[in-house]
Amino acid sequence: MDERIPILKLGKALLVTIQVDMHDRLALALEEDLTQKIVATGARGVLIDISALEIVDSFIGRMLDNIAGVSRILDAETVLVGMQPAVAITLVELGLNLSGIKTALNVERGMKMIAQTVRASDDSDDGE
Amino acid sequence: MATVPNQTSNLGAIIAQHRDEILAGWLRDMIGTTRRSDLIKESELRTQCSQFLALLAQATAQSTDVQSAPFERLREMLSEISRTRTIQGFTARECATFIFSIKRPLFTAIRESLGKDSNAMADEMWRTSELVDGLGLFTTEAYLKTREETIKRQQEELAELSTPVVRLWKGVLALPLIGTLDSERTQIVMENLLKSLVDTGAEIAIIDITGVPTVDTQVAQHLLKTIAAARLMGADCIISGIRPQIAQTMVHLGVELNVVSKATLADAFAIALERIGKAVTTVRPKG
Repeated sequence: MDERIPILKLGKALLVTIQVDMHDRLALALEEDLTQKIVATGARGVLIDISALEIVDSFIGRMLDNIAGVSRILDAETVLVGMQPAVAITLVELGLNLSGIKTALNVERGMKMIAQTVRASDDSDDGE
Repeated sequence: MATVPNQTSNLGAIIAQHRDEILAGWLRDMIGTTRRSDLIKESELRTQCSQFLALLAQATAQSTDVQSAPFERLREMLSEISRTRTIQGFTARECATFIFSIKRPLFTAIRESLGKDSNAMADEMWRTSELVDGLGLFTTEAYLKTREETIKRQQEELAELSTPVVRLWKGVLALPLIGTLDSERTQIVMENLLKSLVDTGAEIAIIDITGVPTVDTQVAQHLLKTIAAARLMGADCIISGIRPQIAQTMVHLGVELNVVSKATLADAFAIALERIGKAVTTVRPKG
């Protein structure tokens, strides 16, 4: 059985905490699982906590960007939280600015961001 | 090396014999060439010179190799002299001339002592010349070493001084940049900023570039990298303090920063407060 990264459902958001070293297959599996889960649960936000991630390469960087892209198409907003300074510098030096992804310093703020967007879209739904 | 270690020379005896003449001739030569009366007192110089001569006489009695053990005290003294002279503001040439100007009085003394035996005189002169050259080079080396140490220390101090991260409010950091941004400094600035973001949990960082003399495409690139890295960690950046000429240059160069920029740090701070939901109000004083 393949190693998988757990995806937790928290209200209208999905919470992914990456606590192991990301290797390429794991990242691909995560993208796959997350896509399925968004559709299955109708989640409006995805929070990816990478505070334990120490090493990134261009592939992982691109995977994060892809996940955000897929989520956006499925009407869920991705927030990346807890990035380490060294990881941020590495990604910038690799030319990966991840401009499509929202970021926050920690899980708490990330959840607040998602809650805001969910509420905003709910309000506009009610207005119709 | 041409000199044979532990080869004894008569120089020690000659110096002891003609000490006063050599000293007088040496000081005269130095006054004629490069003695800087504005930087060093004559009495101090005289003390240094006589001390040097005494040590030289002592050392040459045992060896003529500058790197050998008998010369250790002399080397120490020369290091100390060039160190203090560097700090006093002597040039490299002035420092080396201190040693080289001893040649003429030494040669005169040798000629007086060994004038009858031309072979012995030639040998002694060659040895002395080599010895003085060795000491001169040693002095120059010591001088350069002191200089290098000074430069290195100043560089480190500058790097530390010029990249502070200041906390303006809870959740708002300011980064006043002073001086030109090169790759190395950008790296330090970026690391400092990101570390402070983690430590303080700030959401907004204001990068103030009032002290940056020029902004070309490369500096802009470095700024953008810093901003991108801060954004990845979940903090927004505001640029402030772009001077009028710099704004013009940036537009002419086609540099686009694509971030919120404000003319002054105060304006940027106002925006930052607004974003974190705080406001500055006037309070009527009591009484």
